[in-house]
Amino acid sequence: MRIYAICVYLFLYIPIGVIALFSFNAGRHASQLQGFSTKWYGKALNNPFVMDALETSLMVAFASALFASVFGTMAAVALQGIKGPVRTAFDLLIYVAVMIPGIVIGIATLIGLVTVFDQLNPLIASIWPNGFEPPKLRMGMGSLIAAHTMFLMALVVIIVRARLAGMDRALTEASSDLYATPMGTFRQVTLPLIFPAILAGFLLSFTFSFDDFIIAFFVAGSETTLPIYVFSSIRRGVTPEINAIGTMVMGVSLLMLITAQMLLRRGGKKTK
Amino acid sequence: MTHRTRNWLLLAPAGTWFLVMLIIPLSVVFIFSFGERAPSGGVVPAFTFEQYANLPARWTAFKNTMTLAPIGTLLALLIAYPLAYFLAVKANPKWKTILLVLVIVPFWTSILIRSYAWIFLLGGRGIPALLEWVGLEGIRLINTPFAVLVGIIYGYLPLMVFPIYVSLDKLDKRLLEASSDLGAKPWRTFLQITLPLSIPGIATGCMLVFILLMGEYLIPALLGGGKVFFVGNALVDLFLQSRNWAYGSAVAVALVAVMLITVTFYMRLISRLGASREDVSIM
Repeated sequence: MRIYAICVYLFLYIPIGVIALFSFNAGRHASQLQGFSTKWYGKALNNPFVMDALETSLMVAFASALFASVFGTMAAVALQGIKGPVRTAFDLLIYVAVMIPGIVIGIATLIGLVTVFDQLNPLIASIWPNGFEPPKLRMGMGSLIAAHTMFLMALVVIIVRARLAGMDRALTEASSDLYATPMGTFRQVTLPLIFPAILAGFLLSFTFSFDDFIIAFFVAGSETTLPIYVFSSIRRGVTPEINAIGTMVMGVSLLMLITAQMLLRRGGKKTK
Repeated sequence: MTHRTRNWLLLAPAGTWFLVMLIIPLSVVFIFSFGERAPSGGVVPAFTFEQYANLPARWTAFKNTMTLAPIGTLLALLIAYPLAYFLAVKANPKWKTILLVLVIVPFWTSILIRSYAWIFLLGGRGIPALLEWVGLEGIRLINTPFAVLVGIIYGYLPLMVFPIYVSLDKLDKRLLEASSDLGAKPWRTFLQITLPLSIPGIATGCMLVFILLMGEYLIPALLGGGKVFFVGNALVDLFLQSRNWAYGSAVAVALVAVMLITVTFYMRLISRLGASREDVSIM
């Protein structure tokens, strides 16, 4: 039994380990180890395409994680005190957002937004004062952030709601019995208790957005995110530079994850 | 500000966002699937079932998805179950958490990079080169259904282990002791107590993995090399290469429909299994 478990762990970690190992390979060939070197990291970090893609990915991940955690938390808190059709509708929306395959979300966002933009652009141009260049709505970073936010909002609602459900009702009741205003109760009792869950939701959202390929592939327009860059490089062939980028990407995700896990754990203990 | 207004204000941003970025886009896909392809690449509004009638043209993609997704799910289950059992029942409690985290972590790191690792390992100078060294020559691994299955198992194993672990961990260990005290052999205890009680975990794991596999694009694109392709690959081709939005929308609607039908059917089956489980636990 233990031997079996060790084998599965090896299966899970050898491929990741091989990538990390070869990223430090001094040789130009991706398949032969020829001494230790960090030159591929230097090369990746000096490649303007990689840095541009990284910057786009970080901005998109930060913005969508921020929007998702703020609006998702607001919705989760409101849904706590609501029953009836509105609650059912939101539950259904969250279910749909999570269930529909990412690729269908990507396609729908692409053709939905392009169709809406095609209607809106002439309208904007017609009401724009003469002599000024009218703004043109098109696919790009904005549409990508909007699409990621939609999906991640559903994720944050699920995480924060789980924490709210596990919270001791007596605490908020005690607070209002002691004449705290609803806002005061929220700020001084509810928010501190659910904050770890919100932060964990933010970090998981950030990781998801940073790693997402398929939605970005459809929605990013002319922007290139890091996964899109890596995907098109892989298509051109395996290089040590991709190993270095891959190792860095996994390192970043790992850091985020460990932090999120610790937050969820610590917060879980506090509410009990 | 009343309670009601406050709740409405809190829900407004999320609600608007879902409307603009989920409901409208999905409706557009649905409407376009009944349209006709415009010469310029867009869609001419119409009400025709022509696109749906053409679906058999992409039959191979559906066939591949509907065979490799269930096979991949089943293989992942067979590999995951013993590990989940080990973690829940046999593992040293001191190491349990860290071992569990080690299973989950890969799932949250980029699936793109993890699939890429297998291009590296299965490609000409990876495992085939090792096999050649021991005398097995001319074995091709990359761009085969095998490679796609390896990628699937590798990608989704963590997602399968976790729910099974949760259901096995909740299992009352006294039941196992009682069973062995009453003289049952270990395998009988497993078949009559452990396995039936872990069915909810198995069901959740299989459903999660299966749903994600139905929309898979990256694994077949990277490890199937255009020879083994899923519906996801057909969709990318239709929307980003040939720009046939009307037909592509019909394929997307068909994918979601097949998914919903399979999942509904599957849930029915599971709840029936769950119903028969009651007798087992009474026994």
